[in-house]
Amino acid sequence: MRIINTSEVTQIVSKMCIDANYYLSEDMKETFNKSMDREESELGKKIFSQLEENLQIAGEDKIPICQDTGMAVIFVEIGQEVSLQGANITDAINEGVRKGYTEGYLRKSVVSDPIERVNTKDNTPAVIHYDIVPGDKVKITVAPKGFGSENMSRVFMLKPADGIEGVKEAILTAVKDAGPNACPPMVVGVGIGGTFEKSALMAKKALTRNLNDRPDIEWVRSLEDEMLDEINSLGIGPGGLGGKLTALAVNINTYATHIAGLPVAVNICCHVNRHVTEII
Amino acid sequence: MTLGKVQLLNKDIIMERHIELPITSEVASSLNAGDYLYLSGEMYVARDAAHKRIYELIEKGEPLPIDLKDSCIYYMGPSPAREGQVIGSAGPTTASRMDKYAPTFLDKGQKCMIGKGKRSKEVRDAIIRNHAVYLASVGGAGALLSKCIVESEVIAYEDLGAEAIRKIKVKDFPAIVVCDDKGGNLYDL
Repeated sequence: MRIINTSEVTQIVSKMCIDANYYLSEDMKETFNKSMDREESELGKKIFSQLEENLQIAGEDKIPICQDTGMAVIFVEIGQEVSLQGANITDAINEGVRKGYTEGYLRKSVVSDPIERVNTKDNTPAVIHYDIVPGDKVKITVAPKGFGSENMSRVFMLKPADGIEGVKEAILTAVKDAGPNACPPMVVGVGIGGTFEKSALMAKKALTRNLNDRPDIEWVRSLEDEMLDEINSLGIGPGGLGGKLTALAVNINTYATHIAGLPVAVNICCHVNRHVTEII
Repeated sequence: MTLGKVQLLNKDIIMERHIELPITSEVASSLNAGDYLYLSGEMYVARDAAHKRIYELIEKGEPLPIDLKDSCIYYMGPSPAREGQVIGSAGPTTASRMDKYAPTFLDKGQKCMIGKGKRSKEVRDAIIRNHAVYLASVGGAGALLSKCIVESEVIAYEDLGAEAIRKIKVKDFPAIVVCDDKGGNLYDL
């Protein structure tokens, strides 16, 4: 067994929360720049150049890219040959979030109860998803999620007879309804299959995929390309103010499902698609 | 002052204008959906929780912490400022969450709202009847927009943290007219 003290997890999570909110990943930046060159609307180009300048200011002047520094969504893959010692792992992760959001001048956007709505003042608790995997490593992904786009996300419980056409319609419906609210150009995460909650989790995880990585399944690759083209013919455009570039990418994950169902989840993210991964 | 024109894809010519706050009914009526504005002057910052509290005070007929007459409210909750910074990241939040409260605020004299995203028919009707205006600033450009804020002060509801009401002073703050008092709506154009 490899022993890992959870205090190490706290330190890493803290740093990741800060990094994710000040610097966009290389693959996102690359896609952003490529998309920018393809925008034809003058106002769209103007919005793109503001967003580009925004990223530069964020990094140089240490101002978060977006004031909505999100609810911290954290994926943890724990190798089954790892023995975690020290504080309870969930407490250790939340301590990292508390430290990162406080020391990193990040906004505290979490309320302790959905109805009573009292701010916890330290952005905890995080939403943590654990997986047990083979090996002796711990892989952590921190993906702070803003709610302008989160609020526009959907789960559709389609019928098997709806098939791929139904899936396409569901994705386009979610994107059209999101429109300017979700801060386009957006990244669209999609989960197809599984159960109600599995589809939503896949859609969330799809947003954290490196944009240069493509799915192994051929129809999924084609669907990603087709949906990106379709979304970019809707005319919503940067900032929702009209133009060609409504989405930067469509990432789709799939899983086995039940004979009676075809769940489709669409998790929309704005152009500030933040995620950082570290392996201990 | 008209500065220049921007050609939009499949859209009319757009005007760029410098506007001094406050925006009165007369100024609001001179604005058209699609106009690209640079705002200078004072405005309030408030979002969900502060709107709920003010709305409840209006319903009870009690005094308000801010003067709504000819006011401009920026729907925003900033990230904390570092030492030496006026404010942290300061981009717009989704305006539709304020739709429940906005018509009442407009009927009480507010003239300008700044946020992002679509508004309800009730809000658009209230804009028309009150000769007000709804502007969008660029969502997710909080670092850039913070540079246009030259002063910031919490003036009410400090207990709400990021949702406290602030008074800010802006200089050449970029915003686009989305809904005007003629019924124009940029998202529908």
